[in-house]
Amino acid sequence: MASLQSLAIAARSATTTASPSIRQSPPIAKLIDESKCIGCKACQVACMNWNDLRDEVGHNDGVYDNPRDLTPASWTVMKFFEVEPKQGSLEWLIRKDGCMHCEDPGCLKACPSPGAIVKYANGIVDFISENCIGCGYCVKGCPFDVPRISEADNKAYKCTLCSDRVSVGLEPACVKTCPTGAIGYGTKADMVAYAEKRVGELKERGFQNAGLYNPQGVGGTHVMYVLKHADRPELEDLPKDPTISPMVSLWKGIAKPLAVAGMVGAAVVGFFHYMKVGPVEEVANADDVPDPPGLPGNGTTRPVSNDQGNRHG
Amino acid sequence: MADHAKPRMLPRYRTSERMNHWMIALTFVLAALSGLALFHPSMFFFVNFFGGGAWTRILHPFIGILMFAGFLVLFLRLAKDNILNREDREWLAHSTDLLAGRKDRLPPAGKYNGAQKVVFWLMALSLLVLIVTGVMFWRPYFEHAFSIPLQRAAVLAHSIAAFVLILTTIVHIYAAIWVKGTIRAMTRGTVTEGWAKANHPLWYRRMVGQRESTAKR
Repeated sequence: MASLQSLAIAARSATTTASPSIRQSPPIAKLIDESKCIGCKACQVACMNWNDLRDEVGHNDGVYDNPRDLTPASWTVMKFFEVEPKQGSLEWLIRKDGCMHCEDPGCLKACPSPGAIVKYANGIVDFISENCIGCGYCVKGCPFDVPRISEADNKAYKCTLCSDRVSVGLEPACVKTCPTGAIGYGTKADMVAYAEKRVGELKERGFQNAGLYNPQGVGGTHVMYVLKHADRPELEDLPKDPTISPMVSLWKGIAKPLAVAGMVGAAVVGFFHYMKVGPVEEVANADDVPDPPGLPGNGTTRPVSNDQGNRHG
Repeated sequence: MADHAKPRMLPRYRTSERMNHWMIALTFVLAALSGLALFHPSMFFFVNFFGGGAWTRILHPFIGILMFAGFLVLFLRLAKDNILNREDREWLAHSTDLLAGRKDRLPPAGKYNGAQKVVFWLMALSLLVLIVTGVMFWRPYFEHAFSIPLQRAAVLAHSIAAFVLILTTIVHIYAAIWVKGTIRAMTRGTVTEGWAKANHPLWYRRMVGQRESTAKR
């Protein structure tokens, strides 16, 4: 995405001071109801249409998934799963994959480039490509394996939740186009309420474990799912309890200030040590240096030859 | 002018050793600046020395490879002089005396004292970790060969190793500034006999002995 002038930025990558956040905005969310999804991929088409993306034409692997996975130019992909949640009951689950827009985004935490990733007050996590340096840290930070880096320009790309549309009061392109109403959009509170209603309906229909996927390990997400088997999100390649990896938290958390303090501290300690103790002065002539104690068999043979330097090499 | 007015010198580093050292030093400065830029936002402005963020990301691994290659040469040359022995351990046990300025309590050192040897091995070890983990998330060339969890461990280990290397280098540079007469070993290749006798008495004795035996021949 390009950077838009926004006064509603909740967080900004690699920035230690507050971001422009004077403008408030209620948190929004996209709700994907898998029980209503028919796998038509209209959302994929709408996404490439609105964002003007044309992925490379790949090849058919004999399955519906096409492309097989998210790519730098395919920000959402329908994923199809043939599963047997209970012995002998085959189910076909379809999940619209893409960025989850975490409340606590691992990509933003990992990003070293100031302002290359922002989280708006409404909860959308957006890549500001002009600031992207192509390091791939966002890929390591993400608990959902979403960002993809283009081989052509070495920039990271992912779903923007149509931040450009949302900022002018439109719903995301995939929501607009979905023919079955499987993708809902509104304030997060409304979406959670609606999801609970849907979960109740699904339970009535016999899906006892239906539930809302809004993982708290990442502070909740601004893209949520109504799952028929919410107790087993791994059936559809969703992590059961996603969190930012402790490696990333350590590296981008306590390690940063501690290491800077350690390095600056060492230099400062050195400086004051020199000022307090003073240098070890050089006495150029060996004869003026007292024989060091503890030197075994100390004869201090005064060298006889007077060749200077004797440098080789 | 009488000869005794000029301090007599001992050779400490060959020209090729010194050039090797300074090549490592220069690449270290560049690798550290570019790496720190991507480590903490307070140092992101270092990217300006490298032509911006993307260029910093592109150049850093290549600079690192150069530093590693340079250090490998130095390592092969100096590793045998840096093997820690019992005397070194005793020297290290007395190192607080040294820092307090009570140099006379230290046991005599050879070509390298205990602390210098520790610095040598810490640098070697941290550089090894840096090169191995660095390759593991080197975009766009090698990253794809490693899983994301492995890359996460690699970036963390890379940061820790870099921290160790930078701290060790601060100690290394400070020691050179603190002990007067040291820096010329690397800038000119020679040290005064007085410096050698005061700081590296065993090495001094060996060098002087060698010179005498050559003179007698």
